[in-house]
Amino acid sequence: MRRALLVTADGAEFRGMAVGAEGVTVGEAVFNTAMAGYQEVVTDPSYTGQIVVMTAPHIGNYGVTPADDQGRGLHCAGLVVRSMSRIASGPRATGRLDEYLTDAGVVALAEIDTRRLTRHVRERGAMPAAMGSDVDAAELRELARSSPDMAGRDLVSAVTTSKAYFVPPVGERRATVAAFDFGIKRAIVDQLALRGCGVHVVPAGTTPEDIMAIGPDGVFLSNGPGDPEPLVGPIATVAALMGKVPMFGICLGHQIMGLALGASTYKLPFGHHGANHPVRRLVDGGIEITSQNHGFAVDLWSLSSKSPPRPSDGLPGPDRLPGSVTSRFGEVVATHQNLNDGTLEGFRCRELPAFSVQYHPEAAPGPHDARGLFDRFMELMGVGHAASG
Amino acid sequence: MPRRDDLHSILLIGSGPIVVGQASEFDYSGTQAIKALRAHGFRVILVNSNPATIMTDPDLADATYIEPITPEVVAAIIARERPDALLPTLGGQTALNVTAELHRSGELERLGVEVIGASFDAIEAAEDRGRFRELMESVGLECPPSRVVRSIEDARLAADEVGFPLMLRPSYTLGGGGTGIVTDAATLDRAVALGLAASPVGEVLVEASVVGWKEFELEVMRDGAGNAVIVCSIENVDPMGVHTGDSVTVAPAMTLSDPEYQEMRTDAIRCLEAVGVQTGGSNVQFAVDPVTGRRLVIEMNPRVSRSSALASKATGFPIAKIAALLAVGFTLDEIANDITGKTPASFEPALDYVVVKFPRFDFAKFPDTDDALGTSMKSVGEVMAIGRTFPEALQKAMRSLEIGDRVDGVDEVGLAELVASCALPRSDRLLRVAAALRRGATVAELAEATAIDPWFLDQMSLVEEVAHQVEGEGPSADGARAAKRLGISDARLAGLWSLTEAEVRARRAGWGIEATFKTVDTCAAEFEALTPYFYSTFEDEDEAAPPSPGTVVVLGSGPNRIGQGVEFDYCCVHACFALHEAGYKPVMINCNPETVSTDYDTSDRLYFEPLEFENVMAVIERERPEAVIVQLGGQTPLRLARALAEAGVPIAGTSADAIDAAEDRRRFSALCREIGVPQPPHGEATSVREAEEVADQIGFPVLVRPSYVLGGRGMRVVYTLDELIEYLRGLYGAAPSEVDASGAPVAIDRFLEGAVEVDVDALFDGAELVIGGIMEHVEEAGVHSGDSACVIPSQTLSEEARKLVIRYTDALAQAIGVRGLLNIQFAVRGDDVVVLEANPRASRTIPFVSKATGVPLAKLATRVMMGESIQSLRDAGFPLPDDQVAGFVSVKVAVIPWPKFPEQDIVLGPEMRATGEVMGIAADLGTAYAKALLGAGVRLPEKGTVFFSLADRDKEAGLEVARIFARRGFRLLATAGTASFLAERGVPAAHVDKVGEGPWDPVTLIQEGKVDLVVNTPLGRRARGDGRMIRAAAQAGAIPCITTVRGGLAVARTLEGAAADVLQVKSLQEWRA
Repeated sequence: MRRALLVTADGAEFRGMAVGAEGVTVGEAVFNTAMAGYQEVVTDPSYTGQIVVMTAPHIGNYGVTPADDQGRGLHCAGLVVRSMSRIASGPRATGRLDEYLTDAGVVALAEIDTRRLTRHVRERGAMPAAMGSDVDAAELRELARSSPDMAGRDLVSAVTTSKAYFVPPVGERRATVAAFDFGIKRAIVDQLALRGCGVHVVPAGTTPEDIMAIGPDGVFLSNGPGDPEPLVGPIATVAALMGKVPMFGICLGHQIMGLALGASTYKLPFGHHGANHPVRRLVDGGIEITSQNHGFAVDLWSLSSKSPPRPSDGLPGPDRLPGSVTSRFGEVVATHQNLNDGTLEGFRCRELPAFSVQYHPEAAPGPHDARGLFDRFMELMGVGHAASG
Repeated sequence: MPRRDDLHSILLIGSGPIVVGQASEFDYSGTQAIKALRAHGFRVILVNSNPATIMTDPDLADATYIEPITPEVVAAIIARERPDALLPTLGGQTALNVTAELHRSGELERLGVEVIGASFDAIEAAEDRGRFRELMESVGLECPPSRVVRSIEDARLAADEVGFPLMLRPSYTLGGGGTGIVTDAATLDRAVALGLAASPVGEVLVEASVVGWKEFELEVMRDGAGNAVIVCSIENVDPMGVHTGDSVTVAPAMTLSDPEYQEMRTDAIRCLEAVGVQTGGSNVQFAVDPVTGRRLVIEMNPRVSRSSALASKATGFPIAKIAALLAVGFTLDEIANDITGKTPASFEPALDYVVVKFPRFDFAKFPDTDDALGTSMKSVGEVMAIGRTFPEALQKAMRSLEIGDRVDGVDEVGLAELVASCALPRSDRLLRVAAALRRGATVAELAEATAIDPWFLDQMSLVEEVAHQVEGEGPSADGARAAKRLGISDARLAGLWSLTEAEVRARRAGWGIEATFKTVDTCAAEFEALTPYFYSTFEDEDEAAPPSPGTVVVLGSGPNRIGQGVEFDYCCVHACFALHEAGYKPVMINCNPETVSTDYDTSDRLYFEPLEFENVMAVIERERPEAVIVQLGGQTPLRLARALAEAGVPIAGTSADAIDAAEDRRRFSALCREIGVPQPPHGEATSVREAEEVADQIGFPVLVRPSYVLGGRGMRVVYTLDELIEYLRGLYGAAPSEVDASGAPVAIDRFLEGAVEVDVDALFDGAELVIGGIMEHVEEAGVHSGDSACVIPSQTLSEEARKLVIRYTDALAQAIGVRGLLNIQFAVRGDDVVVLEANPRASRTIPFVSKATGVPLAKLATRVMMGESIQSLRDAGFPLPDDQVAGFVSVKVAVIPWPKFPEQDIVLGPEMRATGEVMGIAADLGTAYAKALLGAGVRLPEKGTVFFSLADRDKEAGLEVARIFARRGFRLLATAGTASFLAERGVPAAHVDKVGEGPWDPVTLIQEGKVDLVVNTPLGRRARGDGRMIRAAAQAGAIPCITTVRGGLAVARTLEGAAADVLQVKSLQEWRA
């Protein structure tokens, strides 16, 4: 193992060992608190441009298997862990994580005080960092400082599929879905296919006309990396499709739908990345433990004539969100709320068949509490209830 | 769904005495629950027979009943208090079983009490093995193939169906009682018979065995609205086949991929829903096939359990407190996470560290017992350690056990043999595995032999590889950093580098490699933590706040073990409370997850650390305390006192040298001579010849023991020279002629037959002595004070003897230089008083004395240690004891885990075996003793047959016992010698045959249930004959067996009172009023 170094844009240095590919990498340092699911994380296209710090200390324990890949290849800019396993132990393993990272050219560091780095990001916000071996601290700091901010960057064009492809349904075909690939995770396509959807996965730049030409029963807006605001094309496309066909968005797809409705988005201090975030269903008060991975959020207050209440002491309540607001597509109702910080986790249009959530009902990694949302999409498409996965 | 307003008062049932499988974790959970419920305005009524608990402190609950936890007694309490609700899920299996019985008998309905936190359907569904399996299958979960049987014939059929090996699981048992793995038809019948006997409903599940599969447990919390969260996943290092309580376990799970874990998570929640758990904590146990990943549900507990306590400490999520709040109507999102203060309890803790639980065994106390581990739990305590990595946590856990890191003989056997020996799970298995790795065994071959997941073995191998490398390279900063980051101790580095531990410390300091402290915060640093709960590691950043004035460190008592149990934790917790009240900032260091002391709100700061010099010093250097309290946590902190004092650490109260003066037998003898306090005739020997001489001089019988012991380890009463030689041979493991004990002398005291033993707990501030309590033992001197029943106030001491006891206590306190607590044991015969031993520290009787007298001795002692005088405390309004409390009698009875060690003879002796204790309070001694016995699980017959078999030396004293039984209408049976002795003195007793020699074989009579009580005093240590078989038969048949004459007398006296008096319940607050 070679000695390696990570330096953040504000100059904090973290020493460790290189356990992945040779070289130097730059990205926005974000931490993920999921205790398992490292492979799903490093292959999730939403992490494009980010150096992921896993807060769980032991990573790589159960190896890797192609079955758990979420995108084609690895997408994160780098991986930082406390301890990288030397062996892959598990019935599903086909290889070791460190070798997987090396083969994919991903720079990874181990033996880092990941808790210190996490606290650093928590207190000062997500920020660029650079890391690698055989490089000095000043150089890394300069690389980190000069790297572009996540805000305002279009990262989707780098990860979206270059041409459309079709994923057949499992069993009998019950619906046809056009799924925008902004960096789509395989688990989402799997969940749709499991429910009998034939899924046309289409590039981010696909036009409304091309979508309608597929003749879809529903349109799905996928997750993806970075800031939604620069994605003007997809936002306009979604606005054009609103009301024409049932629509469901997840994560970046949720943000794009929010922007299409005329709401604004904003950057969270250090985002939500983990598998333990409580979300309340505002309709019945029930709680789902959810998988989350986003740095930006939708501000529904931007569509309200009222202003948000001042944060009060105690647990964040429903008053942190506007109950319902009026958009260019009619009334929009907040449906889900994050119980840790009170932020918006989902909304639906009252007059149009469209809804979206900020979190990841497909999990991977994370709890399966919220998979019922895919059933709701099926209902919205008029194909009722069926066996779910 | 906020708090229910229709409930006003709630009865909480505790778990009773500490036994194997049910320890102080339920004090922790009950205490949390009581605090939480009272904070929300409920009137809380508590019943628990165990005085050594924080929950039974009179200021905790509104009404505290120290009464036996039996259906009759609990019903009497309910009838008296009329609570609106009963919360049975925080007192272990004891509380659940009593509640279930009250439900079945219709009492609960009759008394109009609502059970909250659990439903009977759910309890039955989880406990009834057959129904559980059906329910699981109904929601698509798989259980091992199995069948419920109620007879041996059924079991044979089931075995044919299920196939060998198979697992037997009796319904409604605790700690794996009666369970076992059966590999062939030859042993099936006996195992099933044991299982049927162990199950209170005579029902056993015959189940396909999944030995060698991976084992996991998920801790689930569910609220009344149906929201569920997983608090913690736990993975067992030891695969299926070893009881979870005896397994080394790790949190969070280390070897599950996300899909595997999430499916298990969903299954766990489904399991709770299927069973019908309304609210609260439950755990679900899974087995996973390491080859195919196939997952089976093994069992679930619909209540707070041992693993809930572990999960709480491991994550910072207070399961018991939240379970109590959920039971009264709150939902998870309405309760704040105490640690962040601004996020709700409806989340799943994320860990950025690794927790290892390691069981603590005490097989040395049960030498006739094999230490092979199986499905019936045998450990008596546990430790938990937190590290940034598994190797660090594992090594910290092993150091926390206080048993050393060596196994005898591992370096002498061949490597193949060593690896093979790892296959059988024993208490020292992981030490063997480490030794094998050190000697070059591969991860693959060890995985093959042990079925331990290769990931764990590879991590252990990493430690050995780094240790080897560091040893070869010699002392260096890089080597030290690598070793410390992996959790290798200074002591081990010292060994590797041939340096002293102090030298390693000094070099580390020079290299700037110091321990850093990280916070346990439930959220992997995502949110700021408000609670100062720390562990040490070797990283860049230290999160502990800077030292502040007024800090006092309290050293805890480490793992529960025989001789050092929850009583010491009780004292440490009181010290924290007292320090807080006096304006200090108490800092707790401890490694026992089953305690109140390791609750993060007991002290101002909690460090979850091994009680080893290195770890304790690291905290002390960080905190710079004004004082360190070592005298409340038993022997564990006491053995650190000298090293800490030498390192310049200010020790509160009695000095390290004064402690030594009392512990070192020579110094103590000299001191006694000097101040004129008599000791029994005694001497010391370093060889057999010397021992003979000493014995000759002072006369048999003698009490022999190695120096420096706690809990009477290795102590024995011997009556003859042959026995003495045998003892020495056993002690030193050599032939008598070769015994050389020059380095470790044996103490030999004249054993005072027939003397009464008296225990005194006292407090001394340098000028004034306060007697906390004078306890008279029920059993004669020679039975370890921890195993003997005792009484406050003393019942038979003459006024003269009492005066002497007090005078000697005062003289010894002065002479030793005590500042704080002092415990002295005296032997009293008539007006003669001799001192047996003096311990300048908290004793295990402090909680009992405090409950009996109402005086918070540990709190007072803490203030005295911090320099306050007894007079100033009196002026401040503290109650001070009057040693002869009038109005009621308190009896303490020990609970000994005999059933867990069936090979062991149940004779009481100078070696302590008790794991726990119960207390009985009543207006008279007989009733108090009967209550205590009932609390300890002994149901005395009111009529029937008593079998007597007395050693010659006990016959005279036994006469009175026999007389009382005869007078109360019992039929007397006796062995020939005893029968003729009794007959000659006018007490008719039918005589039986010798064992195995006739139709009136006492063993057969006992087995056939024709005897209701056995009084059998042993002939001597070596007697392995009839007496032992008689006692074993009584034990197996759960027939009360009394092995001392004075014990028999006390039992006989309970018959004098009306049996109904036991049901006259009264709260501690009322007794005190």
